Amino acid sequence: MRHFDYARADSAEAAVQAHGSRDAASGAGYQAGGAAYLAGGTTLLDLVKLDVMQPDKVVDINGVALDEIERLDDGRLRIGAMVSNTALARDQRVIADYAVLSQALLAGASTQLRNKATTGGNVMQRVRCPYFRDGVSDCNKREPGSGCAAIGGVNRSVHAVLGTSENCIATHPSDMCVAMAAIGATVEVEGPEGQREIDFADFHLLPGETPAQEHALKPGELITHVVLDAPMENARSSYLKLRDRQSYQFALASSAVIVTLDGNTIRKARVALGGVGTKPWRAPEVEAALEGQAASEALFTAAARQAFTHATAYAHNAYKIPLGQQAIVRNLVDLTESVDPTAA
Amino acid sequence: MSDDNSSASGMIGAGVARIDGPDKLSGRANYAADNLPPNLSHAYGVFSTVASGRVSRLSVEEARQMPGVIDIFHHGHFPTLYRTPSSFVQGNKVEETRLPFEDERIYYEGQFVALVVADTFDNARAAARRVTVDYSADDAIANLEQGVEAHGTRKGSGNHARGDAGAHFDGAAHTLDVTYRTPVETHNPMEMHASTAWWDDDHLTIFDASQGVVVARNALSKIFAMPPERITVHAPYIGSGFGSKLWTWPHAIATAAVSRELGRPVQLVVPRAQMFTTTGHRPETRQRLRLATDDNGKLVSLRHESINTTSFTDQYVETCGSVTKSLYSCPHLTVSHETTQVNRGTPTSMRAPGAAPGLFALESAIDEMAEIAGVDPVQFRLDNYAERDESQDLEFSSNHIVEATHRAAERFGWADRNPAIGSMKAGREIVGYGVAACNWEALKRPCDARVSLRADGTAFASCATQDIGTGTYTIVAQVISDATGIPLDRITVKLGDSSYPDGPISGGSWATATTLPAIAEATRNALDELKRYATGDGGAFADSEADALEVADGGLRSADGTQTSFGDILKAARFGSADGEAHTDAADSKYSYRSFGAHFVEIRWDPGISKLRVARVVSAIDVGKVINETTARNQVEGAVVMGIGMGLFEATEYDERNARPVNNNYAEYVVPVHADQPEIDVILLDYPDLEFNEFGARGIGEIGTTGLAAAVANAVYHATGKRIRELPITLDKLMDDVPQARSA
Repeated sequence: MRHFDYARADSAEAAVQAHGSRDAASGAGYQAGGAAYLAGGTTLLDLVKLDVMQPDKVVDINGVALDEIERLDDGRLRIGAMVSNTALARDQRVIADYAVLSQALLAGASTQLRNKATTGGNVMQRVRCPYFRDGVSDCNKREPGSGCAAIGGVNRSVHAVLGTSENCIATHPSDMCVAMAAIGATVEVEGPEGQREIDFADFHLLPGETPAQEHALKPGELITHVVLDAPMENARSSYLKLRDRQSYQFALASSAVIVTLDGNTIRKARVALGGVGTKPWRAPEVEAALEGQAASEALFTAAARQAFTHATAYAHNAYKIPLGQQAIVRNLVDLTESVDPTAA
Repeated sequence: MSDDNSSASGMIGAGVARIDGPDKLSGRANYAADNLPPNLSHAYGVFSTVASGRVSRLSVEEARQMPGVIDIFHHGHFPTLYRTPSSFVQGNKVEETRLPFEDERIYYEGQFVALVVADTFDNARAAARRVTVDYSADDAIANLEQGVEAHGTRKGSGNHARGDAGAHFDGAAHTLDVTYRTPVETHNPMEMHASTAWWDDDHLTIFDASQGVVVARNALSKIFAMPPERITVHAPYIGSGFGSKLWTWPHAIATAAVSRELGRPVQLVVPRAQMFTTTGHRPETRQRLRLATDDNGKLVSLRHESINTTSFTDQYVETCGSVTKSLYSCPHLTVSHETTQVNRGTPTSMRAPGAAPGLFALESAIDEMAEIAGVDPVQFRLDNYAERDESQDLEFSSNHIVEATHRAAERFGWADRNPAIGSMKAGREIVGYGVAACNWEALKRPCDARVSLRADGTAFASCATQDIGTGTYTIVAQVISDATGIPLDRITVKLGDSSYPDGPISGGSWATATTLPAIAEATRNALDELKRYATGDGGAFADSEADALEVADGGLRSADGTQTSFGDILKAARFGSADGEAHTDAADSKYSYRSFGAHFVEIRWDPGISKLRVARVVSAIDVGKVINETTARNQVEGAVVMGIGMGLFEATEYDERNARPVNNNYAEYVVPVHADQPEIDVILLDYPDLEFNEFGARGIGEIGTTGLAAAVANAVYHATGKRIRELPITLDKLMDDVPQARSA
């Protein structure tokens, strides 16, 4: 292993201090040199061992007390960055109010990984694109300006059809983040210039011209909490993940759906997609097509199509355009199935 | 399985638990990389990042300065080694015949170009990444189509022709002409390939993840130009191999070589990514099937022409038509194999080599042919199964494929199948039923073994074969227990050490049929020796004739009922043990020895979310006598799961621009997980094949993998009407309305 400095922090402030990367070039600066925060390590250690990430300093935040989940007075749920995926998925408040989040977490990775992986770390999960991970191929995330080997390469499973650019087509791999995108959330961070909040929708960045810039964190900033929006009243929600095998595979397409119903009429809808986008993909055009309409498979089919109006298919992943629509439609069908259409 | 086939002791055929289970569960079982001799150093490879060309410059200066580095080897700094003839007959085969670091040429991505040795694994790996290599890269041949286009094909082995298949195809009542494709599959055993080697004076000891310690020793003997007695290869436990550990690969040779250079033990563990490149794989195939029947659906012409990829260094033939030659009765039949060279490492046997991809094609084509001929696919097979091996003009020693087909069909409920495409539904899912035959050759190789009956009442057996997780330790103990009455917990079985009497590789499903007769013969010889001791002067049965003594319950019994234990007999005669050795020969060629069976598969296709799953499998398997019902059933179940992987998931994907494997890890190379495993119902027919060996056992490791992918494909066709002729059958191949990709 490459040698790096290692520091343990017992508070967020101390962690930021130890990180000391006020002048790092970008959020991805720790790829070559720079400092990195270590939480569960399921991304960082993996990529360090592959030599894809090469931090010269690792700040271990496992001693920082950020492992609480608390209900705020305004009804929101504040999740500490160090809450494990397992703990979050099993939390009774999450199961009761945010079923979609619990289901998304349990659809991800494996038990062992979920026990280690953290809420903050999962927000920061990096792409599974093999051309990023091989350390050799052209990759604008790893070596800005080198090109994107995935375009024109093998791009069936972990490459996107939404939000791609000529510079990067990798999907964001997280299931948890798809649920959070649907729920709506705020990311609380501690940084060299103090604390601030970032809207979850603005946290992950599209690759555009700068795929190495993956998120809205400034150099040295540390995620301390993710605060979920207050649950919608009488909402039903679920996560549907489609993949080749039944477990331990990243989504080929997934949907996180939350709806509230008035009889057979959809009052509110929140829809986000995984496996198809370069970031956790909220689909407001689908929501708009659903809200105020009577639930029916025909409606869902028409609405789902809206999400992919601007999709771009690459050599091996064109199937994700219909598959993503299927993920939306089936999820909506299941969520509204028990609705009695004759009820007021 | 029927009880009346068990031996008198009840031991042969019993589903006894593995005797090595406690060692594995407690972590005492030592695998190749578990050996940590004093002063151990660690090697880590530098691997080529181009697939074709040569190393133009290799700089080790920076790496040399890294902490803990002991030495860095490469083509300019490596001891001279010698080639092995790589002969299967001589028992010194390797699959990649090029010696490591032999020259600066690059034949595949992931090839060793340097080897860093350091004090720790981490230091070796860190330094390996500081070795800078410049390449003069050539255009790589990335796949079968590119290979055929660039330089055509070469003739392969295992070809066969009888009658005039071409003439009888033209004008036949029903004909089929289709091409199937299978991708590269990578073995992906859980245990990494690993070698730990050291030299004591001029003796090489190597713990290697090996399915064949004797062949490994013999190959190393040629490569190091030293007598085999000075090399010991150990593989007491193997975390499975599926064929990838049959032959010695470059990493093991390099480990032994640098250990000698450095005068200290060296360990090398091949990273998972390079287990996709430098330790073999099942090659890509393209198979053209041409079948014809008469008006009644009887096959009149069958041609199976296969091309597989091989490396630029070696010729590996995937004998896809090996089963086609004899499974069905057909007077006019041609099987041919060709290869084309690509920039990949050398392929090797993977569980059911030839037959697994070959039966995907043949058994899919049989289904297509049955439909064209208007015959139920089960009936079509029954109508066409061969009664004798027409390729060798021999009777089968024992063939119960008709019964296997009937029994599996009945258990499965084939009679309930509505043949109309997509006609069977269960909620949102469409149900598909599919069938395919399975088939594998039965082989028995020469074998030596030694068995000792010891004065402490225990028995000890040794043979230089291996237990690769299949239960060989246990069935050897069962044979000794059966012959002596000594309980299993007092029998020690030692395998996986090349200094033991020569045993077979653990491959080809022949370890059981090869090893057990030698163990049994050695046991009988030990008992004869014991009887001589017992009837000698001062012996426990000095007044008896040896022939009059019966073996019973770990002792000898005379006609008058006097019983004395082996231990007391030996103590009385002042012998520590009674030893027996044996040599048994390869199978004769009086018969065609093969195993048979049939798979019935139910798949479910949910078109609303494009979800395909295997819901149920019933397999009836005719492998002769089953020695251990538990481990036998486990072999078939595991093989079925592997067949599901082949059918639905597995493919090593190469970038067609540069021949680099892309999904070279456990996350993106998709194999079935537990959640993908359906209900698997295995029927073991258990008819002893006593023409083959005294136990009537034919071996069971591979047959379950054959035909399964075709049964899946046939079931998929029944459900969806889509005939998928290229594995794996992923959901995108079954979806309608997939839009066009943008032009790249």
